[in-house]
Amino acid sequence: MFGKGLRPLSIATVAMLAAGLSLVFFYAPIETDQGIIQKIFYLHVPLAIVALVGFVVGGVFAIAHLRTGNRKWDAYSYVSIHMSVIFGVAVLLTGSIWAKASWGHWWVWDEPTLVSFLIVFLMYATYYPFRYAIEDPERQARYASVFAITAGAFVPLNFMAVRMAQSLVHPRVFATANGGLPGSMMLTFLFCLAAIALLWVTLVKFELTAKSASGQVKRLRRALDAPAPGSGSRIAPEVS
Amino acid sequence: MTSSRAAFAAILGKDLRAELRTLQSLPAMALFSVTTFVIFRFGLDRTSLSGSLAAGVLWATLLFAAVLGINRLFVAEREEGGFDAIRLAPIDRSALFTAKAAALLVYLLALEVIAVPVFALFFLHDLGGLVPLALVLLLADLGLAATGTLISSMAVNSRARDLLVPLVLLPLVVPLMIAATGATEPLLALGGPGYDRFGTWLMVLGLYDLIFGLVGYAVFDFLLED
Repeated sequence: MFGKGLRPLSIATVAMLAAGLSLVFFYAPIETDQGIIQKIFYLHVPLAIVALVGFVVGGVFAIAHLRTGNRKWDAYSYVSIHMSVIFGVAVLLTGSIWAKASWGHWWVWDEPTLVSFLIVFLMYATYYPFRYAIEDPERQARYASVFAITAGAFVPLNFMAVRMAQSLVHPRVFATANGGLPGSMMLTFLFCLAAIALLWVTLVKFELTAKSASGQVKRLRRALDAPAPGSGSRIAPEVS
Repeated sequence: MTSSRAAFAAILGKDLRAELRTLQSLPAMALFSVTTFVIFRFGLDRTSLSGSLAAGVLWATLLFAAVLGINRLFVAEREEGGFDAIRLAPIDRSALFTAKAAALLVYLLALEVIAVPVFALFFLHDLGGLVPLALVLLLADLGLAATGTLISSMAVNSRARDLLVPLVLLPLVVPLMIAATGATEPLLALGGPGYDRFGTWLMVLGLYDLIFGLVGYAVFDFLLED
């Protein structure tokens, strides 16, 4: 059901990622202040942007689910959030590595962007225990959608509150006019952003395909196990 | 319109009357907060608090006491079939959300009427900050009532019930707590209340209340469908 076009999409993703990494290492200049460690920026920032957008996209799918009542949208919402949580782990890891190299600490508390991301990540980490605490599948889908919408509204608000609470150490390269980035770096960054976004889409599609396939297998197995209409006991050999 | 207002008044009245007769939530919340203050006194080894420490102790305690009340908010509805009654009644279902949020707001205000004076008695030297603090408390309570009602109504229908409210609610109210402690910190500073960025924090609190009030109101219908 979801498997169509998966192969060309995967090939395109691999090609984009390879091209993006080549740009990072062979085209983009080495930053004078931070040196080679700055290269992680091309991975860290796109991952963070894609993860956050993915969270909000999960909320939009959840709205579609509540409006139409079609369970397909709940599956989309779940997989979007699931993939963004995984990307979120990568963001926290790459961010920590960069912070250690650049500021000398693995974690810096008075840094709004880090703290906001952590809070959003923790919020979405509760999506799993929340979702699986509800047994009835139809109600589970509805409640999970309500969660996804509430959390989607929470993401921008949280960033605002945390940013207001603290100082500014995190490099905010896009805040200044025309990005403050030299053209070659900007190009590489945008390319990497597109590649990571494509990676997210591909992984979401893979997960959806796997989910629908395992659902189908389960349905078929149940149909096999169920006694055929008209037949007697399943234990006794059939006598015709 | 009138019927949903009547439904709101009826549900709110029912809740407050039930609470007054059974005293299930409020005494527990108040007792919990006072005990927590005592624990903080020894945990921090301080006999007086000011500034950020005072704000942190006050808000952490109030938040955890609120979780106790939020956990119990819909228990009667589940056990006595109140959800079914609301579904059967020819009223706007959002009335249940607004009424429950209003009931929770009343509980929180009642809790603070007890807990804040005790806090001041235990830890504060300068009481000048308490008057503007009332405004911060009210705005934070509104947000807590909106999110608390939403999460509580979902948690009560799940398998993990009492576990889900603290689990999901705490990250959700982090922005609220940032703004509330940010506004409270200068108010309880040593040497008289200050108003450093007071208005900004009140605006954040108001924005939080508005957003989650609207979100809760909009999605609550879907939680009652069955």
